[in-house]
Amino acid sequence: MMLDLSLVPDGGVGWLDASGPNSDIVLSTRIRLARNIEGFAFAGRAREGERLRILAMVRDAMSRVPSLGGGALFRIDELGTTDRAVLHERHLVSKEIAGLDPQFPLRSGSAIIMTGPLGVMVNEEDHLRLQALRSGFDVHAAYAALDRLDRELGAALPFAFHPEFGFLTACPTNVGTGLRASVLIHLPGLVLTKEKNRVLTSLQQMGLTYRGLYGEGSEVVGNFLQISNQTTLGRSEDELLDLLLRVVRHVVEREEEARRVLLRDAGYIIEDKLWRAYGILRYARSLTFDEAMKFLSSVRLAVGLKLISGLGVYTLNKLLIFSQAAHLASAEGRALTESETNLARARYVRRALEEDAGAVG
Amino acid sequence: MVCDDCHDSDAVVQLTTIKDNVVMQLHLCEKCAAERGVETAVNTLPKHPLGEFLQAVQQQVAAGTPSSGTCTFCGHTMADFRTTGRWGCPRCYSAFEAEIRELLRRVHGSSHHIGRSYNAPQGEAAERASVLGELRDRLRRAIENEQFELAADLRDRIRVME
Repeated sequence: MMLDLSLVPDGGVGWLDASGPNSDIVLSTRIRLARNIEGFAFAGRAREGERLRILAMVRDAMSRVPSLGGGALFRIDELGTTDRAVLHERHLVSKEIAGLDPQFPLRSGSAIIMTGPLGVMVNEEDHLRLQALRSGFDVHAAYAALDRLDRELGAALPFAFHPEFGFLTACPTNVGTGLRASVLIHLPGLVLTKEKNRVLTSLQQMGLTYRGLYGEGSEVVGNFLQISNQTTLGRSEDELLDLLLRVVRHVVEREEEARRVLLRDAGYIIEDKLWRAYGILRYARSLTFDEAMKFLSSVRLAVGLKLISGLGVYTLNKLLIFSQAAHLASAEGRALTESETNLARARYVRRALEEDAGAVG
Repeated sequence: MVCDDCHDSDAVVQLTTIKDNVVMQLHLCEKCAAERGVETAVNTLPKHPLGEFLQAVQQQVAAGTPSSGTCTFCGHTMADFRTTGRWGCPRCYSAFEAEIRELLRRVHGSSHHIGRSYNAPQGEAAERASVLGELRDRLRRAIENEQFELAADLRDRIRVME
């Protein structure tokens, strides 16, 4: 089966358009709810027949769930490696369900339903992972849409719920609300002013945690990281969302303050450093992933500080996603070696920046 | 002030509960508060919940705490949980209720869900779950009693349902 993302509004990456609040610092807000269907073993333990039955039940329920109207369903277990990696690079599926984590082989019956801003992973670690993705820092809008989807799906399918423990999940770290709310945030100011570690330590004391660009276990590259709630039980959904809202608002303020300090105390040094990064992206012939992330981070900061004008945050967001290995291979229509990937990445970045080059100054 | 529950230790927590529109205030000692699922110290949240969680399970097993065996619905055991860090099915939460309550307190600082409540729609799926649960229970008993012909028959019926 081929992955035809033209079936999904905005290819599932409408959240890249930088239209949301604070989108120069917060790229996206993502909230997910873990849900399981009563009467079946969790996906990791279930037999193939059980997983296929769950998929059939979800498919059947789709027509009774208005929030999923117009949504497309893709069988992940029928896609090739590159297509599965493309979905993962777009932040639409987890590494586990994409079969890219050596610890978890590709699972029969795994699927993703996408409507654009909403998605449902089927037969991930939990039977259902409902998710909402929004541009910028927009916790309430994301949750409002997700809560509606949750109530509609919960009326069509019997979720596993325990009066004391709440919504039951395969992993005990998700039980209760099953809610994980996170923001993808860019903090170059705090890194350059060496404030990052202090801010991240205080995050943990507040019951939040942070990860790299691609979730659990992934490294922090290009000063992009995800901040999310650590616990899911013992606090209500509103309390968990409110905690994230308050703390991230504070982190955004600290980042803005750090950027002001940088500009005031090191104006021309920063300006030179950031323009050099732009120069490399604009003219390099080979770029590794880490290099691309690092220089994109710098250019993004330059745009935020208004040192570079005429370049949109949307263009930078697109580069972040579309310059990754599976996207480049998919565009070339074949598997690429590492050096071919680096050449293709530099070519792609160059062309994208060329389009805006006339206006950049 | 003395604890309202055990009337022995000093109360360190004030717990406000609302039941049937009646507000009640309890003063509890640390131990009694923990029994009601209230975490007393704010700095006890572990940094890596699952790691500590699994470690706690290991310690429990090493200390010879009796485990409640096997989940009759999916066959998952505490040993499976220790290996994978995952439960087998929603019924595991009943099969290992006491262990889970204790461990959730360590991970989340509480074992009580206070978020949105939920009532599952009644229907085919819930019925199927209860029939399947019973068949699996009978299969387990048949194997224990060495009634292999019955066991084979039950296994076939379970396979059809799965």
